[in-house]
Parts: sequence; structure tokens; C-alpha cells
Amino acid sequence: MSAQKDRWISSLVFLLFCVSSMPKCGSASLQQEPSPQHYFSGLEAGKTSLAFFTPSVSPGAQPFLEQIESSAEALQDYGVSVVKVNCPKEDVSRYCGKENALRKAFLFRGSRLIREFPTDALFDVNSIVANILFALLFNEVKYVETLADLENIENVLKGKSNMVFAYVPATGTAEHRAVMEAAFVYGTIHQFVLTTEAALLKVTSQDDPDVSSAWLLFCHCQQATDPAQPCRRTALAQPLTLLSIHRHLKLMGAPLVTEVAEDPEKISTVHLQLGLPLVFILSQKETYEADRRTAEFVAWQLLGKAGVALLSRDLVDLNVLHRSNVALKTPDEGMPIQYLVLEDTDEVITLVEDKNKVKQIQKDEQEEEDEDEKENNNQDIQDDQVVEAVSRDKKRELPLGEILVLTEENFHSSLSKAAWTVVLFYASWEAVSLAVLRSYSEVAALLKGTPGVLLSRVNCWDWPGLCSQENVTQFPTMRIYKEGQQSVTYGGMWGTEELSSFILLSQVPCPLKLATMDEAEGYLRGEFPPELSSHHHTSLLGVFSTATSEAREAFEEAGNILSGDVRMGMYFEDDALSLSRKYSVSPPALLLTRSGSRTVEGIPLSKHSVQDMVQMIRYQLLDIFPEITVSNLPQYLQLGKPFLILFSAGEISQMESEEMLKLTKGRPQKTFVACWLNLKKTPVGHGILRTYFSTMPSLPVLLWVNLHAGGQVFKFPSEQSITEMNILSWLEKLQAGLEIPSSTLSEEDWKPPLPAYDFLQMMEPSVPELSPHAGHTPAKHPPQSPGGDTARGDTAIREEPSQDSTAEEIGSPGRGLRGTAPRLAARDKLGKRHSEL
Amino acid sequence: LGLALYAGSLCAASEATFLYHDYCVIGAGPAGLQAAYFLQRAGRDYIVFERSHAPGSFFALYPRHRKLISINKQYTGKSNSEFNLRHDWNSLLSHDRRLLFRRYSRDFFPDADTMVRYLEDFASLLKLRVQYNTAIIHVTLEKNEQAWNGHYFLLTDQDRKNYKCSLLLVAAGTWVPNVVNFPGSEYVEGYETVSINPEDFTGQTVLILGRGNSAFETAENILGVTNFIHMVSRSRVRLSWATHYVGDLRAINNGLLDTYQLKSLDGLLEGDLEDLAIIKDKKGKLHITLRFYLENRNISAGIDSITLPQDELDNFATRAPYDRVIRCLGWKFDFSIYNRSLRMMPGKGNIKKYPQIKPSYESRGTRGLFVLGTASHSVDFRKSAGGFIHGFRYTTRAVHRLLENRHHGVPWPSTVYPITQLTNSIIKRVNEASGLYQMFSVLADIILLRENATAFEYLEEYPIGVLAELETQTGRKARSGLFVVIMEYGRNFSGADKDVFYYNRAVGEAQHAWQSNFLHPVIYYYKRLPTEREMRLRHPDWPLPRPDAIHHIVEDFLTDWTAPNAHILPLRRFVENCLGTDLRNFFAESCFLFAFTRQKLPPCCQQGYMRMQGLVGSQELRHHAAQAGLLQDYTHTDFSDDRPPDSHAGSQEQLMRDHGMPVRPLQHLVNAKDE
Repeated sequence: MSAQKDRWISSLVFLLFCVSSMPKCGSASLQQEPSPQHYFSGLEAGKTSLAFFTPSVSPGAQPFLEQIESSAEALQDYGVSVVKVNCPKEDVSRYCGKENALRKAFLFRGSRLIREFPTDALFDVNSIVANILFALLFNEVKYVETLADLENIENVLKGKSNMVFAYVPATGTAEHRAVMEAAFVYGTIHQFVLTTEAALLKVTSQDDPDVSSAWLLFCHCQQATDPAQPCRRTALAQPLTLLSIHRHLKLMGAPLVTEVAEDPEKISTVHLQLGLPLVFILSQKETYEADRRTAEFVAWQLLGKAGVALLSRDLVDLNVLHRSNVALKTPDEGMPIQYLVLEDTDEVITLVEDKNKVKQIQKDEQEEEDEDEKENNNQDIQDDQVVEAVSRDKKRELPLGEILVLTEENFHSSLSKAAWTVVLFYASWEAVSLAVLRSYSEVAALLKGTPGVLLSRVNCWDWPGLCSQENVTQFPTMRIYKEGQQSVTYGGMWGTEELSSFILLSQVPCPLKLATMDEAEGYLRGEFPPELSSHHHTSLLGVFSTATSEAREAFEEAGNILSGDVRMGMYFEDDALSLSRKYSVSPPALLLTRSGSRTVEGIPLSKHSVQDMVQMIRYQLLDIFPEITVSNLPQYLQLGKPFLILFSAGEISQMESEEMLKLTKGRPQKTFVACWLNLKKTPVGHGILRTYFSTMPSLPVLLWVNLHAGGQVFKFPSEQSITEMNILSWLEKLQAGLEIPSSTLSEEDWKPPLPAYDFLQMMEPSVPELSPHAGHTPAKHPPQSPGGDTARGDTAIREEPSQDSTAEEIGSPGRGLRGTAPRLAARDKLGKRHSEL
Repeated sequence: LGLALYAGSLCAASEATFLYHDYCVIGAGPAGLQAAYFLQRAGRDYIVFERSHAPGSFFALYPRHRKLISINKQYTGKSNSEFNLRHDWNSLLSHDRRLLFRRYSRDFFPDADTMVRYLEDFASLLKLRVQYNTAIIHVTLEKNEQAWNGHYFLLTDQDRKNYKCSLLLVAAGTWVPNVVNFPGSEYVEGYETVSINPEDFTGQTVLILGRGNSAFETAENILGVTNFIHMVSRSRVRLSWATHYVGDLRAINNGLLDTYQLKSLDGLLEGDLEDLAIIKDKKGKLHITLRFYLENRNISAGIDSITLPQDELDNFATRAPYDRVIRCLGWKFDFSIYNRSLRMMPGKGNIKKYPQIKPSYESRGTRGLFVLGTASHSVDFRKSAGGFIHGFRYTTRAVHRLLENRHHGVPWPSTVYPITQLTNSIIKRVNEASGLYQMFSVLADIILLRENATAFEYLEEYPIGVLAELETQTGRKARSGLFVVIMEYGRNFSGADKDVFYYNRAVGEAQHAWQSNFLHPVIYYYKRLPTEREMRLRHPDWPLPRPDAIHHIVEDFLTDWTAPNAHILPLRRFVENCLGTDLRNFFAESCFLFAFTRQKLPPCCQQGYMRMQGLVGSQELRHHAAQAGLLQDYTHTDFSDDRPPDSHAGSQEQLMRDHGMPVRPLQHLVNAKDE
């Protein structure tokens, strides 16, 4: 960005150089002339000079003199020499004699007087330069007072040349000067029109303008053909300075649409040089005319914001998707050209405008970061969401009354008191533990009054021996002890719901042995056992004939592993065969009722190893078209397949659900996970969409996300309806590489968010032996390190107290109460204390 | 083992009868019993030899005035048993909670008899194999290639009974009183025999030689009844609260300093005892003179002819005659029983009372001979607590662990954790570990990183002097870098002539933690294990060579390093930067978002959420996180509200600023606690 800026500043400097070198002029500053005669005789034809006459005795208009002297140099750039003429005492000529002439400055071209200025109009350099140029450029810069005047000029110019119309709140201002300076350069190319009338400003600008700030319009009259229509206008969006005007005129002067027939990577245009992006409209021979119109339309919209080029694909061999129609080249060096498929011109415009916005924001952020880095203040600000949340919550007293506190003394005796003792092992200083403790207290409230269940906790910071004896090495850990004997360690999500469901499920034997056909049927309906009827889980029933003991044992073993996680039952009575037949499988088999569904699925059991069984059960528990939530995502991610996910604002419609089900059911060997996300239930989904798309797509939106390979995100065309057929053909195109990803997941590594304190570096100056060449180099101490370098020890220590006990230092800013007791008084700290080494 | 036994029995057959044990321990004092405890727990073949009829014979006699100066803190306000050991300097390590010293005595400075009783109980309750009434009078070596270390140790007791062992643990303490010989030293009474009845000193003028705790303890006892006490020693007094060394003069014994400086006739003098001479006059009074005067004289000429310093210098300080001179010069190791082949050499300089040993506590002269307990104090003399029960109970355990690895293939105990537990593991240890705390700068916790820094292995209380040999000494591998966690005092804070109470001695700001003066945790990071050469060339004042990065956890008045922002956050940043990863915790919702928007996940999500162990967090917590700007709340988002991404960032910064503020107003609370 800055490179571009440099480039066009240098071109401007060059331009000014040309300006200043056009007229020959002498020395850089104020000329002195001894007398009017002398001055007038020396005037050359065509040479412009600003003269003022001073009586040699009275030092009259001193402040004015200072201003005019300092403007001499600026005026010299425009070929105007500033001359101070001394009036001899006896002189009574036209310029020296009259009293009031001495309060004026006179502008001469050759010996002809062009204009005389009262000195109060020349109050500073800006006003001097503005007014002098205004006088000199009388023909180039028209001053208008009414709309009619402006329209007249505009009409005259139509078809001939362009017009620059500027409003300045007053003449003699910096903006006025900028306009005049620009007119000096561009006056021969464009017609400059100036006004100070606020009324004119109001009719020329669209919205409510601020009359106190200047305003500049570029009116494209050269191309205007319709005399009835006003010329197209492009306003300068930035504050008026010579640079911004120059930049604007330069952009307006550039061709509206550049036709390009070479590699876009190599193209450089005025826009890129000025730090603006360049939009390529990719064109083909067949569509050239339409593309040209599109390009022009876009170019008008983006005038002053981006350049537009028309790139003919027939002439350039582009290695991009055939469907791409737009390319964006940013001025940043090394940024690759983006090829996009856009649907309408608005998207092109938002693309450019948002890029600018985003870039601006990034720049701001970067600057802020730079500042932060300088101050290094952020390092001690907590950026761990869990730690911060817990410490913000620490003042709240947790309702832990229902939870028994266990200690080394009462641990074992308490375990035997209840049928099931739930123990949460945690550390009271650790944030994650404390976060879980909050959920645990909610569990306690939920399960209050559940018979046979005792909730308890052990603070491992108080009882490390107990925790290590129970083999708890990580916090938090939750265990359920059955009658003080065996225990099951919880391995699921630390949410209130998940925890309570685990505790409830753990009460029931896993697998639960069902004695009668009625129980088995009731179990599948979720009605048996009654203590679980209020909880909706998928019910899983293993059906075994008496002969299949191997499978049954594996199933029981699997039940031990899955205890608390899965609701498992088993049936191996004599009529097991008839039960399984009912669901058209033969034992050993699994019968499965999903939560919220009445249908029973029958699955034959073929593998008999415990591990396979566990894996198979876990797999069977997965839904074929699940609603993805924060808590179930990991189960589906473990499959390692891409996601076909439908983001929906609420519940999905019957139609969508049916189509998606058709899609998944039709393909038994699933190569992807079809799922949907309810943004109402999982609002973080908004965050996902925001990351994928710069503008929120209309919902529902169907996406293909390669979560595991490559990370591309594809968006199902919004104009197509979500049907099995459409999706299938889209997926085929996807697979064939014909679609362009809307987004790609960031590959960024998780680096340390902020640097650490570099104590090694801090220690080095005062502890030289730490340096790599320790031991051999004599100790060098920084000269200002308090505590004395040459005088060792005693002085160091004795000096400090005396310095510190001064009253001002007590309570100096930025010192907290975080230290040890001697710092209770929050005294300012003195630097290095280890200098004695 | 069987082979060794077999070989042992072969030897026994050929020579005299040797009773063989894998381990022989000399001395059933605290260190010997502590070693026996670990050997017993590990099921090793060992025997402890004790010359007395009961354990802790040193404590049966010493300290003479029976008051132990090791603290026995009953209450700390905490139930953490490991933490409480930091303030219990008398208990030995065991699994038996009955064997905590506070169950034996309620005194802050307990009676030495209680220690004897405690040690008896320790030996008997734990059924340690101690052979009493066995004084080992000679130790020699027998070369044997099959022996663990190429030789057996042959021990002979007072009854000429012989014992043979593969490994010798010398826990004999330092019990031989230091004696100085000068003309007239025969008039000097020793600390070991001097009367402890103050009445015996009524109206007497006493000179005490020595300036340690025994000297001051002796003085303290008779301070009230003597005319005055003078104390002479070569070195100036070192106060333990200034040096942070428990072996220096403890405040409980320093009453004489008080009376000296409050002009009550008592006084301290500096001078070399070797130059001294004592002359007894006819009245039995003892006069101080200098050896120099005696050498120029014919001694037989009689006492009156001897020049006294005051004859030439009539204001000589100790010109007044003394009634008694008492020697309190401490003890040294008994080198006499070791055969020359063992090369048990005294240390050099101020550690000459101890045998020369390596930082692994193995003798420099003999492989397989380890020195434990007080006698092993040369490793950290005048630095740490290795010469005292509360220190050597840990070094003894460290030696046991080294030996388990070396001779029994049992690697140093360690626990493997996922990397997300790294800061937690360090914080847990620095807050409760007693071994690190007592044996500061000597024992260190070692964290060995696994490849890709996804997990680490935690080793407790390893002697850092042998850090370079870590892999062979522990049987653990340090392939991908390591952290060393130790505790340190500020480098030039402690010392005999330092004012440890100067203003601003304490550092409170985490970013100035390296200037902390009080004991605080320091974590060294090495990309690879330091070599022996680097260990050798390290600065003598530094426990370790230059690390690749270092972190100080700022000193804390409560030694409670659990403050989330001042202690844990900077530590997390340090380990994050060493490992090049992001170790923040995330709620499940954040992990969910990352799973969908990033190809890589932070360790917290990888090791927690992705394994179905996400931290869901309660409503309030997520609300707090959102308020802090660390978690975005999407609940109230609707579709038209397509906010630009910066508004969130802006609010986040605002919130961060807001929460950074509240600490500040407190600075005006001026408390005069240290004024």
C-alpha cells in the first residue's frame, strides 16, 4: 500500500517540479528592490510578480510581511516572484505616495497590473497562494454564484471537455488553495468551476451536505451527449488536499474500462499504482458486447474505488475454472488474483467495497496491535475464556448444599452409605474444575430426591493423598461408586444434561436383563424400567438364543464399557427367537428404538469380540440424518467424512427432511455425513456461516464441508430447490471439480496468542553469567541500574529504602494489590535488584 | 539377584562367614530409617546396622539442652498433607499417617526425647529391619566382577562379625565432635559433656568457643546466672533468617545477641582458635593468651613468666579471667572405619567435615557407596536443607529412586499427561510439593516433553546436579525438550551481611518476577538435555546452565501460586511460547465453531471436546465469557443483523479495558504492615 502511495507522491513531486521549472525564476525567496523605479524598469514581459511597497522608515504591516515572505517560496513554484519595494522618503508616486497603497499588494504580469490585494485578504500562506492563483487563473477557473451559471457552463462543455466543480466554504482557505493549485496543473485539461455558495452545494450533492467542509465533483461532460441530462458526476470522497484532488483527477482521467489481453498477474494500471484494486471482467468472444456493457456499468459504479478491466479469455490462457467470470487483483504485493463466480454486478461492487472496508479494519487492527506490542500491555490480560468466566463468577456463592464434601477421613465410610455415590474430584484453584463444579451443582438440583444417589465432591487441593490413592491424576474427574465397590469413570461432555443422564443411566444395570417378553417390548417402547421412562434415550436390546453364549458374554462386557452412556437391555429367554423374528432378524441380534421414534430396527450381530461390539453399538447409535449440536458433533466427526450440512433457521421442513433422508438412505455405503443444524438451537452456527460467507446467505443453506481434507466449503446453489436429484447432480459436479469453493477453512496453526515475559533477556544485563559466554567475560552492568554496580552489596541495599520511603512514591500509578505483603503499600518498584552478582 | 546371592554364598564358603544383603545401611538415625522404609516398600533385601540399642542415638544425647530447633507446625489452615509437610521438619516420609510428628508433640520446637520416641515408633511400626547393638568398625571392598558395582562391601562389627553387601548406604551422620588443639585446650570442656544445669554456672565467667546453634544454645541456658559470657569464633555470626539456611544461628537461640547489643556484659569476638592459648592460674582461673607468646618462652618457667596480651596491650578484650571455657564446635563425619580402598575423602574447605560425594549422593571414591542424611550435606551445605531431616528425607527418596532404576530396572516414577494439563501440573506441584520447597535449588521436578508436544511425562524431585545424566539415571527419555521446575531465593537476597528487611524487598508484579527475593518457583526450559560439560561450566551460583527460556513465578506472600492472572497466566504464556502452541481452555461451543471453521484445533479442543469431553459450561459462565468478549454470544443474532466483524472486536477490546481497571483503585490502600 505504501509503495503505491510513494509512487504517486513521487509523480506529483515530479509534476510540481515541472510546474516550478516552467517559468524561469531567480532566487528562492523574497526579492528586495531599492526603489519603485528600479523595480518597474526590471520587469520582464510575461513574468509575474507580486509587489508590495514599504516606506523605508515605518515598519508598518509587520505580520503581513512575515506571511508574504514565507509564501514567497510557494509562489515561486507557480512562477510568481515576490518583491518588496522600498519607497524612498521623497517618493510620492502611485504606489509609494498614497497612504492606502502601502496596505496593498500588487500583482503584475510584466509591467501590467493585474490585481491589487488588500493585505487583510492575504492573512496566511494558504490565502496568499489561493488568492494569487485565483487571480492568475481567472480564465481557467470560473467562479459561479447560481445554479444557472453552473448549468450554462456545463452545457457549453458537453461533448467538449470535463468539468471540475469545487465548493469551498470560503476563499483563502487551505481547500481553496488546493483547488487552485490543482487548477494550475489541470486547468488546461478540465474546466474548473468554483463556488462558495452553500446553496449550490446543496443542489449538487445528494444527501445533506456539510456546508463547512469543501466538496469536489468531477463532471464527465466530455462524453455527455444528451443536452437535457446533467453530466455524470463522481464526487471526491476524501477531504480536499492537493494530493487527493490530484489522485482523483488522475483516476478520472484513466480509461473507464481497460481492455486486457495478457496475463492479469502482469497487468499494472493507474488503479493498482494508486493502491486500488482492479476488477477483471472475464469475457469471451461470444459475449463480448454484453461483457463490455457489464464492465462499463461496473466501472461507473466503482469509479474512484477500483479499476475495471475487460479480460478476453480467448486471448489469454487462464488456468481457472471455466465458470469463473470475475477476477480481483488487489494492490498488495504477493496477493494472488482471486477468481470468482459472481451472479450479478452488485456482488462485484460489494466485493470491492467490502474488501476496502475489511482492509481498512485490518489496517486499524494492525496498528492497534503494533501499539499493543510496543506497550506489551496485553500479556497480563486474561485471554482464556474459561478462566476469565470463572473468575468473573467467583463472587457468586454456588448452591453446593446438596453435595456432600468428602475428605480423607469420611471418604470410604460415605461411599458405603448410598447405593450410588457420585464423586467429583476437582481442584479448587483450577478453572475447568470450577466450571464443571457449576454444572455439577445444577445436576445436584436436578437430581435432588432421586433415591439411592448421593452426590459428593473431593477437593484434591485439600486431599491430594486421597486423589492419588483413587488414581485421579487429572481434574476434574467424575466417578460413580456402586456401593463403595467398583466405580465407573465418566468420559463424556461436562454439561448438566449429559452428567445427569449419565448418573441416571448408571443406576440401571447395563445391560439390563429382561425376564419376560412384555418387559422386553416395554423396554423397546421406553416404558421399562419405570425409573428411566422420563428420559428419552435410544433403547438397545440384545436378543440371544440360549445357544449364543459367546455373543452374549461379549455383549455383557460391552455393556460394562458403555455403562452410563447407552441404554442397553438383553433378552435370552426361550422365546427370544420369536421376539427377534417379529423384527425379521434371528438371534443373536440387536433391536434398536431411536429416541422419539416408535419403529424398531433389527440388526444381526455378526462380530463377537467386545471391542467390535462396542464399536458397532456406537456406530448404530448414530443417526442417519442427525441434527448436529455442540454435544454430538464429535461423534460424527470421528467418522472422518465430509459433511453435507443444511443450516436452517429453525426446524427443517418436512420436504427438506424427506429429500435429505432419501439421499442418505439411498446410499448405504455413506461417503459423507448428511446432517442439519438448527440455528435457533445451536446459535453458534451463525458464527460458522459468518466465517464462510461475507454476507449472510439466505436460509436454509446447504453446504458441503470437507472438514478433514482440504477444508473447502461449497454452497449448494440457492436458486435450486433442495431435492435429492438436484443435490446428487450438484455433488457430481463437486466431485468432478466443476464447482468453486465459497470458502476454505483456515489452515492456521494454534500459535501462542501472546508472547511471554522474556525473563532471560531481562536477566542478561544484570546477570551476565547467564549469557552464552558466561564465566569469561567480566561482569558489565548497565550504568543506570539502581543499586550500584561498582559498590557491591551494601550500598545497593541501603540506598533503596531511603529512595522508597519518599511520600510521592507511595501509591504511584499502575501498581496493584497483587503482591506480597510488603507491597501492600503498593510502592513503586525499583529496578534490578540482582545487580550485585 | 539370585546370581549375586549365589556368588555371595560362594565367597562366604571360602572365607569367614559373611551375612549377605543386597543393601547395607549404616546407622538407624532418621536417614537410615528413611532409607530402610523405601527399601522395605520396594521389597528389597536390606539390613540397617545401629551401634546403639535403639534408633536415633544421636538424639538421645543431642542437643544437650533437649530442645529441637526444627519446627513442628500443628496448624497451617490447610488439610493438604503434602503442603503441611513443608512446615513439619521432623516427620519422616511414610504412608502411615500415625507417623506424623505432630501426633507426637504439640511443641513448636519439640523435645529431643520425642524424636527418639518417634524414631523408635517409625522403626517398629513399619517393621524395619534394624540390627541394633551393631557398631560397624571396618568397611572394605572385595572385588568381584559379578557384583553390581564390581565389588562387594565387607563390613565388620565390634564382635568381628562380617557382613557382605552389594550396596552400602552410609547414614551414619556426623557425630565425631570437632576438637581444636591449642596450648591449654585440656582446660576446655566439650559440649558433649558440659553440665546443663545452670546452677553449676552461678556467678561464673564463661568463654564459649564456637558460634553455631550449639554454642548459642549453651549460652542461652546459662545466660541468667553467669557474670558474663564471651563467645569467640573465627567467623562472624550468621543468622538463619538472613541467610535462609536452617543450619545458621536460629532466632530461638540468639538471646546472647540481645544481651550483647543491649550492653549487658556478654559479647562476641572474632579470632582464630588455632592462635589461642589458655593458661590456668593458681586460683584456677583461665587466662586467654596467644600461642605466639608461648612459643617464644620456656614453658617450664611457670605461669607467672608467661606474657599475657594485656601486658603489652592493656585494653585487650579478653583480659578478664574465665572460670570455664566450653567448646561447641560441632561434629564431623567418622572417616576412620573405611578402608583406604574406599577412598572416603573429606571435602575441601568448609565442607571438610563431610565425605566427598557426587550430586547423585554416590561417593566420589567408591561406586555403589551412597551417603545419606546429614553426612551428605556437602551437596548443598549452607544452601538448602539436605543436612536436616526435612531435607534429607527427600534426597534419600531420590537416591532410592536412582537405585531402583540402576539395579532393579524400575524407572523413575512418572505420570504421563496430555499437554493441556501442563500448567496445571506445574501449579499443583509448586503449591503443594514439599520436596521442591525444602530442597530448593537441589531437587527439581522434570517435565519431559513427548514428540509434537501433545503429551508430557512428569518426574518429581530429581537431583538437578545430575541433570545431564537424566536418561541413564531415570530410565526416561528426554527427546523433545524438557522443563525443570525448581524453587529459588532471589540471587543476592540471602547472606550473612544482608538486610533482608529493606523496603521494597518484595516483588508483586508478574512481569518483574525475575527480581523476586523470597522463595519462588522458577521454570527452566531446555530444547535438549544439558550436557555434562554444560553442567560443569555453569556459573557456580547457578543451579543449572543457561536455559533456552526461563520463567519466574512471582514470589507470593502466602506461597500460594494459584492467582489466575498473576501466577497462572504468565506461566501459561511461557509454556505456550516454549511449545509454540495455544494452551487456552475453550468451552465446547468454541471448539464446535473451530471444528467447522478451522482445519486445525487447539490442544484443549483436540484432547477434550473431540474426545467427547467438552466443557459445556453453565449459562452464567458462558454469559461471563461473552461479557469479557472472549466468547461471542450468537443467541440474539438475527439474519438481517449482519454486523461487520469489527464491532465484535471493538467491544472485546472495550471489555478488556474495563476489566483491566478494577485493580487500580486499591493501590491507595496503604497498609503499614512492614513499616
